[in-house]
Amino acid sequence: MSMLAARVFDQTRSQDGQPVSRRPIPAGESGLPRLLPPAAQLAAADPRRSLDFTAHLARHGLPRFRGAALIEQAGSAGLTGRGGAAFPVAIKLAAVAGAGRSAIVVGNAAEGEPASSKDAALLWFSPHLVLDGLQAAAEAVGARTAYLCLHAAGRQSGPDLAAHMRAALASRSAAGTGRTGVELVEAPPRFLAGEETALVAMINGGAARPRDKTRRVSERGVEGRPTLVQNVETLADLALIARHGAAWFRSVGTADEPGSMLCTVRDPGGRVRIVETALGTPLHRLVWLGDDVQALLVGGYHGGWLAASSARQLSLSNADLRPAGAMIGAGVLVALPAAYCGLAETARVARSLALESAGQCGPCFNGLPAIAAALAAIAEPRPARQELANLMRWAGLVAGRGACHHPDGTLRFVASALDVFAGEIAEHSRSRCTAMRSDQFLPLQAAALAESDWR
Amino acid sequence: MSEETTRLQVNPIACSGHGVCAELLPELITLDEWGYPVLAGDGTVPLWLMREARRAITDCPALALRLTSVPAVASGRGGLRESSEEPQRPGRAGAAKLGT
Repeated sequence: MSMLAARVFDQTRSQDGQPVSRRPIPAGESGLPRLLPPAAQLAAADPRRSLDFTAHLARHGLPRFRGAALIEQAGSAGLTGRGGAAFPVAIKLAAVAGAGRSAIVVGNAAEGEPASSKDAALLWFSPHLVLDGLQAAAEAVGARTAYLCLHAAGRQSGPDLAAHMRAALASRSAAGTGRTGVELVEAPPRFLAGEETALVAMINGGAARPRDKTRRVSERGVEGRPTLVQNVETLADLALIARHGAAWFRSVGTADEPGSMLCTVRDPGGRVRIVETALGTPLHRLVWLGDDVQALLVGGYHGGWLAASSARQLSLSNADLRPAGAMIGAGVLVALPAAYCGLAETARVARSLALESAGQCGPCFNGLPAIAAALAAIAEPRPARQELANLMRWAGLVAGRGACHHPDGTLRFVASALDVFAGEIAEHSRSRCTAMRSDQFLPLQAAALAESDWR
Repeated sequence: MSEETTRLQVNPIACSGHGVCAELLPELITLDEWGYPVLAGDGTVPLWLMREARRAITDCPALALRLTSVPAVASGRGGLRESSEEPQRPGRAGAAKLGT
């Protein structure tokens, strides 16, 4: 791999045949946006322009840190996984590198969360940063094979991200970098297909369902080899840390949660934007939180609701959000307008999350539908008195009893709704609902689900 | 502290709710309303129940039970993780709030 990487980064020439120089980063320059083109360009950008590998190198320069030095920089940078769990990247890299066997790297863009589209945006506009990161990670852990897992578009037709990524690989190939070792895979459009054990199972030829975690994929994953699974945004961050180092990465963000991240922001008008921002940024600077907004969903459908009044006081950091019952997750922010019923919105999503159970663990596939049905009853006027008590009992039974985080993530989401929309629960018990609109605000999985969709 | 405690663990994917374990080891295992096992406390097996625990493990039709040894000082609950990407963080996730 190191030979390959050396060819990638050292022999590339700009169009006039001169070696591409490292782009110097002046001290203190945070460089935001780091991963995406500036917002003004993004609005009018043609994603096909992102395919030009020479232009990519002209903007970002060449890497300085590789292998063990890169792992060390990632550790000093405090880089954590941007797929939702915020696990320290250097620990994963070191675990796989230290496993002592030929490893596998998996770039994860199987963005199953319906409210998130930042991974797709990143691949459309900065494919080469992700591929740089994939290569750098492969080199650091001693992997000869890398996979890039995309989210299959399902039955929707639209621009073909897989074709876009194939073109990006071809562009690197033409620049003398070779596309050796990167295999594109499409994960089924299921909520849990991007879970790391599910991806590994799929690449191994099985269904994309989460697996038992008594054996970590860092020890035994794809083909039984030590496997590194990282979100594509994490890989893009790694590619920039390889160029500019840990101190640069830390020049934005907070001391405990350094760096920047991509957020999928849905404003109260329903418009969706991808925002690249420093961690620690006040939430009200990222999304409109005026009087017409009643609550903010942070972290997606395994995250939590915040009342708008508390969201206005908090920033985009787990230090702020966790005590309030939410978490950054993969950076989903949804501002719910006052005109909608938060209970009805949550109930619809809870039902879809129950349907998204992989159907493997009894407490999950029995408990989540029961919880969703109780919540649907609570979302109607005058629910029977026992519905809330039933929901609480089932929640107690389901917590902590799944092989993956789906039941617990779903419970966190439902629990936050009961908390934040407590006033609305009281209204419903008096047969009133304050909502003006009954259409659906939170996005749901588009296609109907079938058993075959797991492959 | 090099002492170890022995705990029961359920593989929730393998478990299909036969309920044999709860019959053999009612002191530590009850069934939820769907027929799936709920372990008492953190699943620690006292020495006087070790024989019954081993019997429950070998007699489980789905081979979904196992014993693990954990240092006595560690109190994290092995079965619950916040997410697949943080395999080393013990403790209860955000769902704990609802679980009480």
